[in-house]
Amino acid sequence: MIKKLKLVAAAAALLAVTGVAKAEDFKPAIIFDMGGKFDKSFNEAGYNGAEAFKKETGIEYMEFEVTQVSQREQAMKRMARKDASIIVAMGFAQANAVEKAAKANPDKKFTIIDMVVDLPNVQSIIFKEHEGSFLVGMAAAMKSQTGKVGFIGGMDIPLIRKFALGYEEGAKYANKDVEVFQNMTGTTPAAWNDPTKGGELAKSQFDRGADVVFAAAGGTGTGVYQAAKDNGKFAIGVDSNQNYLHPGTMLTSMTKRVDVAVQEAFMSAKDGTWQPGIKVLGLKEEGVGFAVDEHNKDLITPEMTAKLEQARADIIAGKIKVTDYMSK
Amino acid sequence: MTTSSPALELRRVNKWFGAVHANKDISLSVGRGTIHGIIGENGAGKSTLMSIVYGFYQADEGEILVNGSPYQIDNPQASIAAGIGMVHQHFMLVDTFTVLENIILGVEGSARLAGGLEHARAELARLEKEYSLEVDVDAVVGDLPVGIRQRVEILKALYRGAEILILDEPTGVLTPQEADHLFRILNTLREQGKTVILITHKLREIMAITDNVSVMRRGEMVAHVATKDTDREKLAELMVGRSVLLRVEKDDAQPAETVMSMRHVRYLDRDGVSRLKDINLDIKAGEILGIAGVSGNGQSELMEILGGTLRPSEGQIIYKGEDITNSANFNARDLRKIGLGHVPEDRHRSGLVLSFSAYENTILGYHDRPEYNKGTTLDNSSMIAHCEKHIEKFDVRPTDPTLKASGFSGGNQQKLVLAREMEQDPDILLVGQPTRGVDIGAIEFIHQQLIQMRDAGKAILVVSVEIDEVMSLADRIAVMFDGAIVGELDAKDATETKLGLMMAGVKEGVEA
Amino acid sequence: MSDTSVKFGSPAKVPAWVNLVLVPLVNLLAAFLLSGVVILIIGDNPLQAMEVLIYGAFGYEEALGYTLYYTTNFIFTGLAVAIAFHCGLFNIGAEGQAMIGGLGVGLVALYLDVLPFALVVPIAILAAALFGGFWAAVPAYLQAKRGSHIVITTIMFNFIAASVLTYLLVEVLIAPGGQSPESREFAEHTWLPFFHNFLPLPETPLNISFIFALLLCVGFYYLMWHTRWGYEIRVTGQNETAAKYAGISPARNIILAMIISGALAGFVGVNEILGVHHRLILEFTGGFGFVGIAVALMGRNHPVGIFLAALLFGALYQGGSELAFEMKNINREMVIVIQGLIILFSGALEHMFRPTIENFFKKRSSSAAVEA
Repeated sequence: MIKKLKLVAAAAALLAVTGVAKAEDFKPAIIFDMGGKFDKSFNEAGYNGAEAFKKETGIEYMEFEVTQVSQREQAMKRMARKDASIIVAMGFAQANAVEKAAKANPDKKFTIIDMVVDLPNVQSIIFKEHEGSFLVGMAAAMKSQTGKVGFIGGMDIPLIRKFALGYEEGAKYANKDVEVFQNMTGTTPAAWNDPTKGGELAKSQFDRGADVVFAAAGGTGTGVYQAAKDNGKFAIGVDSNQNYLHPGTMLTSMTKRVDVAVQEAFMSAKDGTWQPGIKVLGLKEEGVGFAVDEHNKDLITPEMTAKLEQARADIIAGKIKVTDYMSK
Repeated sequence: MTTSSPALELRRVNKWFGAVHANKDISLSVGRGTIHGIIGENGAGKSTLMSIVYGFYQADEGEILVNGSPYQIDNPQASIAAGIGMVHQHFMLVDTFTVLENIILGVEGSARLAGGLEHARAELARLEKEYSLEVDVDAVVGDLPVGIRQRVEILKALYRGAEILILDEPTGVLTPQEADHLFRILNTLREQGKTVILITHKLREIMAITDNVSVMRRGEMVAHVATKDTDREKLAELMVGRSVLLRVEKDDAQPAETVMSMRHVRYLDRDGVSRLKDINLDIKAGEILGIAGVSGNGQSELMEILGGTLRPSEGQIIYKGEDITNSANFNARDLRKIGLGHVPEDRHRSGLVLSFSAYENTILGYHDRPEYNKGTTLDNSSMIAHCEKHIEKFDVRPTDPTLKASGFSGGNQQKLVLAREMEQDPDILLVGQPTRGVDIGAIEFIHQQLIQMRDAGKAILVVSVEIDEVMSLADRIAVMFDGAIVGELDAKDATETKLGLMMAGVKEGVEA
Repeated sequence: MSDTSVKFGSPAKVPAWVNLVLVPLVNLLAAFLLSGVVILIIGDNPLQAMEVLIYGAFGYEEALGYTLYYTTNFIFTGLAVAIAFHCGLFNIGAEGQAMIGGLGVGLVALYLDVLPFALVVPIAILAAALFGGFWAAVPAYLQAKRGSHIVITTIMFNFIAASVLTYLLVEVLIAPGGQSPESREFAEHTWLPFFHNFLPLPETPLNISFIFALLLCVGFYYLMWHTRWGYEIRVTGQNETAAKYAGISPARNIILAMIISGALAGFVGVNEILGVHHRLILEFTGGFGFVGIAVALMGRNHPVGIFLAALLFGALYQGGSELAFEMKNINREMVIVIQGLIILFSGALEHMFRPTIENFFKKRSSSAAVEA
């Protein structure tokens, strides 16, 4: 009897996963991590994606901001109980929670950003940050008058080292004699939100001769950009297009389209085209790139643009191999 | 000097602190140009009453009249404006300022100090001459002896135009000679037409100086009498509410073997200041050794060393014939185990944990004794039983062993400490200030207990700043001054003058 | 002497329940009222919010499980802060002690997992106590022997603990190929049993650490009020001069109390690391160490009070997340505001209503005495 029930449940689950959701009862959900949805960085990009989806379809979404480690799993289970059609988890830190919640709710769809969870009902979206970093590294090296460029990371974790390595390789590719300075803001999560220290690190890199710095440091970056403006140097933004912050000194931004990823996860789930498995978004998929807009178009010379476009094509074609720190 | 209206009059003043009715319907009339004593046991409400007059507290009911007109006194400024000055028990002076700076503190006159200072200097010279209050106005207060500091306080009040001067327990810190000098000053003030209110619990002072005396008991004014119509016994009876024995009745001591001695003991404090200088003492069984001296002359350090909480810098401590100076036993816990009882000078700071119940205080210092423990567990029922025994034997009130120590009056707290230390049946008992803050009725009892212990062959050391107490209790008296023992004499040969001179640092045998 | 004479001068007694029950309740009520006003201002219904909060904390089995799971942490840290209070010390370092305690648990579970459950769990608990105790012992030693203020040193030790843990997780203990600074998952036999493993309950993080916490409450009571060691700690805390006079070494007791305090805080690691996450992670202490201060204050440093206060804060944490979940205008910042108000009223402003309430009862009891 029990066996039979289990079979029925499994069949139902299978149907649910693959089935097309009707628009009226489509309930997407997103769970932001500790930083909160207004962190001016990664989580906020996810928020923007969800808002874009809402604007486009008029469908409300459920959300939750985690404040305690144990709330991650709790929030996911609660979303599942509230019959969420898809649950998007923002950030690698939620991987364990997604794994548990996905196992407990095999009939629910989960999407996790920035991490791989290998389960039949989980979609993992990861980005080739090293590719985007490679291009902005090239841009930095080409723009530099001094032959010295800087990198300022947030918390010292493998993901940020992935940015750093791609950046360095890109800079070296554009100018093999370039000197790259590297600093991490800290080793605790506080390093994501320490603009003061970011500014200090930037100034110290300027003092050592750098004239372009790339900050992959969340909220800490604002301090870096401000320091660049105050010292008449160039800075490169990260994740979303931050060029508008200080037009004239923001050389470009390395974009990582988390917003697009979230919006597409919602949209595909609604359309029924959602697929579990790993989605890697690189230059080719336009998941990463560099931003050129009215705020910085005068800073990027046609010559630079040409070289960058060439490099982009070469990376996509596999002619240039950018090292991924994670698989090193 | 009589005019129609008294200098200060109180009419039916009432004051509550929460449920405590600290002043009940107090009426008082103080004639101009008189010295008026207010006497009562600790906690009788004297200080509360004077704080109301001085504006620290406000009366809940009643009227205050100064020179016949009602005054609203709701802060010390209003009181000063009404011509009332107060000399507190604990001086309110800035030690690092000069006398002059202290006196003009708060009444500088103008933003520029110099003008005020010059004016004050002239005014002070006049006051000093008028009341024979000689003080070097340029001396730094911290360098002055307490007697002089008190004069500074008096000058301060006079400088502010005080016509009525309140002195709260003014002789507590003075040697008898200094006290006499104070009384001469007060006499001069009276002759100049000032009114003086003297708050004290010392009957001797009341008899020596006042014109009239009011007696307070438990928040009430129980009597107003002219001093010449009364005597010490009557006043004591009014204070306590029953007749009291003021003298200690005792037989001659039968000193036996020495229980504890100090040999060439010196002690330097953390700042390297010499607190004890070459102390030699023998405390003998069957005898009460009294240590007299003005407080702060090394008595505290002496007690702490004997009690094992302080180590001497030099010299030896000999206990029952054995040099224990460097022994592992020389600490408060182990000394208790080998027969030392210790009633500390300050029961609030050391003798009791005020937030603990009485029975928890019963085991302080003895908490690891087998009678209070069952294995790892403290035996509460045994603690309570012992405490009840102490309460009964020492007549502690209230009789509730679970009441917090802070809920007992000073005298009853002292009895709790005494009971704890005496009931352990020690061979030697150190007692600091046995009756400080204790009511007259309880003093009698405590003295009797100490004599009984002496007669049972125990060695007792009593340290007291009350010269009367040392004289009546001790069999032998050592006087301390500036960290040294300036002399030792048989209690029978001691007179107040002799001791007073020694307490002021004049060596024994040198006639003043 | 008559009976009334004895009463004179001794403070009027306030019934015990006033201090233990009424005053905390009034504080709580004030906090809820003010929170209600704030909720009203942002345009939600305070009564509905209250209902969501209470239902979300106690209304169904899963909610209760989460509430008790938070309660477990608050009991540990509340007791930790309380024992330090009893010794006259303000231990702000429970957070850091919990981190290091968790590190101890993690190391045991990672490297001694060849041992069976019956061995590895006691060793892990012991490690939590030793590591946490050690982390508290250093500031205690500095306070007792060198006079460095323990408030300052324990705060500093929180930062050092966070840095140590981060360093180890980023550089040494990180799971091979892992992205986040987390260790590998522990072997399953080292996990503490969840309540839902042996009771018909929904899956929650509630595990047997809760029972352990309750046992510690009893042990705490016994130690503080029924042993000479607890007696010595309390004497030291209440009156250091009296302790010296009684032959009790303040230095020894300061160090002892802080070691126990650190050990208790370290047990947060047992609940979180061995009970819930089954791997060493960052941020598992989640501010429990700081809330422990409020728990101890509110619980009057008594285990019964601490249990009740811990339950309250557990309910606030769980019910609070429910609020953020269910009510549109209430986000997590709002929840923190409500929690903050409760901590403010019952902790920092503890004495705001007390004198008034006490005076009311004193007057009443005295007028009753007069009538009698």
